[in-house]
Amino acid sequence: MRRTIPLLISSITGFLLIVAFFIPYTESWGNEVMNWFDIVAAFAFVLGAGSLLKMHLRKVSDRRAGWGYSAVTVLAFLMMLGMGLGKVGVPPSEKFPNHPFSGHYLHEGGAFWWIFQYLFLPLSATMFAMLAFYIASAAFRAFRAKNTEAIILLITAFIVLLGRTYAGEVLTDWLPESLAFLRLERLTEDTIMNVFNLAGNRAIMIGIGLGIVSTSLKVLLGVDRSYLGSE
Amino acid sequence: MKQSTIIWTALMVLGGGFLIIRASTVGMGQAYVRLVQVEPEGSTVSWTDRLGVDPKEQNDADVRLSWPRTIGIWVAALCTLSIFSFLYGDNPLYKLAEAVFVGSSAGYAMAVGFWDGMINILFRNLWPELMRTTFIPGIDETQDANLLFLVPLILGLMMLWRLAPVGGWISRWALAFFIGATAGLRLLAYFQSDFVAQIQNTIIPLAVFFGDGSIDFAQSLKNITIVFGIFVCTVYFFFSVEHKGIVGKVSRVGIWFLMITFGAGFGYTVMGRIALLSGRLEFLFDDWLWLIDPVGKRIGL
Amino acid sequence: MLAFFENLDRRWIFLLMFLVVAAAILTQVKFPEKPSPMVRNVFRTIEDLPDGSSVLLALDYDPASEGELQPMASAFTRQCAKKKHKLFYITLWAPGVPMIQRSIEILKSEFQEYRYGQDYVNLGYRTGGEGVIKLVTSDLKRLYANDVAGTNLDDIPLTRNLKNIQKMDLIVNVGAGSPGSKEWVQYAATPYNIQMVAGTTGVGAPPLYPYIPNQLAGILGAIKAASEYEQTLLERYPELNENEKAQEAKRRMGPQLVAHMLMIGLIILGNVIHFSQRRREISQ
Repeated sequence: MRRTIPLLISSITGFLLIVAFFIPYTESWGNEVMNWFDIVAAFAFVLGAGSLLKMHLRKVSDRRAGWGYSAVTVLAFLMMLGMGLGKVGVPPSEKFPNHPFSGHYLHEGGAFWWIFQYLFLPLSATMFAMLAFYIASAAFRAFRAKNTEAIILLITAFIVLLGRTYAGEVLTDWLPESLAFLRLERLTEDTIMNVFNLAGNRAIMIGIGLGIVSTSLKVLLGVDRSYLGSE
Repeated sequence: MKQSTIIWTALMVLGGGFLIIRASTVGMGQAYVRLVQVEPEGSTVSWTDRLGVDPKEQNDADVRLSWPRTIGIWVAALCTLSIFSFLYGDNPLYKLAEAVFVGSSAGYAMAVGFWDGMINILFRNLWPELMRTTFIPGIDETQDANLLFLVPLILGLMMLWRLAPVGGWISRWALAFFIGATAGLRLLAYFQSDFVAQIQNTIIPLAVFFGDGSIDFAQSLKNITIVFGIFVCTVYFFFSVEHKGIVGKVSRVGIWFLMITFGAGFGYTVMGRIALLSGRLEFLFDDWLWLIDPVGKRIGL
Repeated sequence: MLAFFENLDRRWIFLLMFLVVAAAILTQVKFPEKPSPMVRNVFRTIEDLPDGSSVLLALDYDPASEGELQPMASAFTRQCAKKKHKLFYITLWAPGVPMIQRSIEILKSEFQEYRYGQDYVNLGYRTGGEGVIKLVTSDLKRLYANDVAGTNLDDIPLTRNLKNIQKMDLIVNVGAGSPGSKEWVQYAATPYNIQMVAGTTGVGAPPLYPYIPNQLAGILGAIKAASEYEQTLLERYPELNENEKAQEAKRRMGPQLVAHMLMIGLIILGNVIHFSQRRREISQ
């Protein structure tokens, strides 16, 4: 029963959405299921945050190595959540001034907005900006033209790296119109991206598409039960 | 004292000195707001909105220096430098910044999920009268409670039961709903858009002609290469047949096509990462240090 | 010398990358741009729409990708406003709400004749990812009963009679990942034949090429395309030349060039060292 009912739920939901796509009469059922899907997704956010809180609280209570940082994580989480849920510093909506909680939680000047703008945003953006350094280091240490395939990859990368900057124009702009297709910027866009990249990515897309279809069918027919975990 | 300690101390002192001198003379890292009085019609409630403006407007009558936002810019700069400090080596400042990032991300997601998921969809339909008097006054007065939304509420609570010490298995029911819905959605979408449509898009003329009837060799060659490329790449991905003999040779050509694809992908990825770094450095040099002013925020200062 | 490079601490490479990019930003070097056919195609798709067309702007990115994608979103907003299109802002990403606000600030500051509710509306965010697309393409008000300010959509002139987005003249998506451009193509553009253009990060651009031109009219891939797009916008609307905020991507091409040169140099140097080392080992 513990595994049968979820299998049934999964199959019925999936097949209902498929049927709703083809039969107009059932379209509203499909829309209702999608609405529920969007709500359950909101609970998934809560679950994720709750799991994080649980893990870090356990680390703090067990006094494991690095528990101080876990305490900071919990504090930041509670602060962000508190400011967001309480709409601290957020005035009412201009259209509904007599409803104190009608304003938008990210209203400019509010506490939640401040934490997003001056803590979350710079931290998030800088984390990803670090990748530029790692890609430079990887370029020096790992990208080796060891065989034919690697040489093809690196030559293509060079053409794209040059072609997507002003350097590409400067280096090959002198080529006559009859050989314009060899200019780096044209070579990048017209040949590499619109021919070779298109062919390769389309083949990958077709393969993935078939894979997704077969995996989805396996899930809906109950053949693939890995999402249910162990017995 | 170790040589590295001396160097670091000197760098910190010089850096700190530069910041103090610059902040007190030229000015840097300051934020200004325009005070806007909001007095909605027909209401006794009023408040003052603070809208961010460029520093060049600081002499306007209703513009003030904003201490919260000024402190915010310095905090943001410190956060940025803390994360960058990891490039030298792992250190407590980076770990602190990382902890704050993880906590604030989770808190942000949960707050947004609550307001834009639970309040605006679930509770709006389950308790419209309560929502109208509290958070969403714009709800239609004639809207009745839709008890069908008890289903996603129960599913959601089942999902949260995963955190409980016992009975966590019930969360599989909610997960099954989610997985089933995703499978149903994606089966159709991928089949239509990534399979059928792609095969349709591949049916292109191998001989292209101009309006006057002459053959367009360039476009024809392109189309032949595209169709040939898709074929050889697909052969490479067909693992049910051993890649030997003619199949092996064809799949080898497929690999070359894929290498060009990945080389292009790498080139574009590099582009993307550099742009992100430029963005952060622009923040440090423009908004914090006031060393550059590309958009003229401080003209006349 | 070879030994020095063989054992080079990677932190020197980090420092080099920082210095070249910082120098380019501090010197504010800009380069001329020649828009590519793909970028011109995207531009024409929006420009050829009759004035006042309905455009859905889906801004699906977060602060991590803002450096690359905000110039695109800003350029799209400016062009649509110049064409007096009716704009419907939406996002599938939780951190996308402030990103929409950046574009709306452009409307408020540079296009004062644009009125909220009549010419543009901000629908904001709802949880669900591709589930949101599925609903807005069939019954939008089932999910969005109100805009971000809490106003009922039935009370907003622009959305009063809006049942779903199937009748939209164009979808403009600026996406950083999933859910994003791919999902909009799969769940909206393809099944309902809605015209669509997209702006993506460098990573996300190459996999979208198979959708062009039947499912996706064109893509702006990475900051270079954003820069070319800004150039196209400036050529069409020369008055924007005085607006430095409309040239954000063009400013970023200076650091881009020097960083690319550094990358190429590092790859070549790395290979030279590697093969010299191997030759030495073989000869020993």
